[in-house]
Amino acid sequence: MEKNLNDIFQAKIDREEKIEPKDWMPDAYRKTLIRQISQHAHSEIVGMLPEGNWITRAPTLRRKVALMAKVQDEAGHGLYLYSACETLGIDRDTLFEQLHSGKAKYSSIFNYPTLSWADIGSIGWLVDGAAIMNQVPLCRCSYGPYARAMVRVCKEESFHQRQGFEILLNLSKGSDEQKAMLQESVNRWWWPAMMMFGPSDADSPNTQQSMQWKIKRFTNDELRQKFVDICYEQAKILNVTLPDPDIKWNEERGHYDFGEINWDEFWQVVKGNGPCNKERIAARKTAWEEGAWVREAAVAHANKRAARKTKKVA
Amino acid sequence: MENNWPIWEIFIRSKNGLNHKHVGSLHATDAEMAMQNARDVYTRRNEGISIWVVESKHISASDPDEGESLFDPANDKVYRHPTFYNLPDELKHM
Repeated sequence: MEKNLNDIFQAKIDREEKIEPKDWMPDAYRKTLIRQISQHAHSEIVGMLPEGNWITRAPTLRRKVALMAKVQDEAGHGLYLYSACETLGIDRDTLFEQLHSGKAKYSSIFNYPTLSWADIGSIGWLVDGAAIMNQVPLCRCSYGPYARAMVRVCKEESFHQRQGFEILLNLSKGSDEQKAMLQESVNRWWWPAMMMFGPSDADSPNTQQSMQWKIKRFTNDELRQKFVDICYEQAKILNVTLPDPDIKWNEERGHYDFGEINWDEFWQVVKGNGPCNKERIAARKTAWEEGAWVREAAVAHANKRAARKTKKVA
Repeated sequence: MENNWPIWEIFIRSKNGLNHKHVGSLHATDAEMAMQNARDVYTRRNEGISIWVVESKHISASDPDEGESLFDPANDKVYRHPTFYNLPDELKHM
């Protein structure tokens, strides 16, 4: 019987039919999705922290309102994704608990610090650029609620990348100090952004199953290659050098070759030893704990109002 | 109510003339808060002119496993469709 259900399920996916919350699905499919969607939601929420760092110091009011809108969008993206994840039968408090205890991961990129204003530009250009590359194919993911959430996210993400590029473009036309700030920032963000696509295909055991289930549409390495090809051309507009001496056009492949990623650094940050891992989780936990009274007060208030209403009716 | 805020399903009418459409869900203590949160989460870019919020527990959904028997009665009634009727090509505008 179990095999039969599995076959029916896979046939549905092969026909490009979406899976909806109440449909039968294999436990492993549910588990994979909960892991991926929650990790994605946590990334949006933690992703607010490095950028929030610069809201009070944005150089102009125009930059400030844009940055605030972007950070607010990220909160919104986290909420779309948490609600998609909850349709799989896990509740919000459990998801938070998993983030705070370290059981659930979030994108390692947010464990790097934002040291200069140029970093806000680099995050928009490179980090959001890599995120968009990952997210666009997810709009066609086989799980309906995730795919629908991603359509909304992608629509909004485009402004994020453009505002980042504009920041960098301005710096590229500025003083020598501003140009240096731009290059220094790109030097720091390039490799972590490249790591956002995850381990190379050979070291990514889940990829094949995720592709078969049509959760993923492209492998990590395919997306990473696309990213390099696009960024190399965009870097010319900014007059910056990507910090990889091995990048060069490969006529035969029709792609840019690039250097080896420092996988040791990647795994170190994943395991919690990045520059800001502890700080990020501490900030999340503090926000959650110090907000407890607000959540309780809201419940008390709602209960009181409901009671008053019942009394009136009686 | 326990400390876990209940889930609300959010429906948005993007403009007059169109149906309210399900857009997602969120947590809130009551309808008023659900409405405010829906405004912030789902209409940051003028996506709607009207919002419905419904606590999820009030929605009864059909069982997908019973979909076949539930919708079966409609399957064999081709005579409900205009294409069932054989009419000459000369006949226009019908």
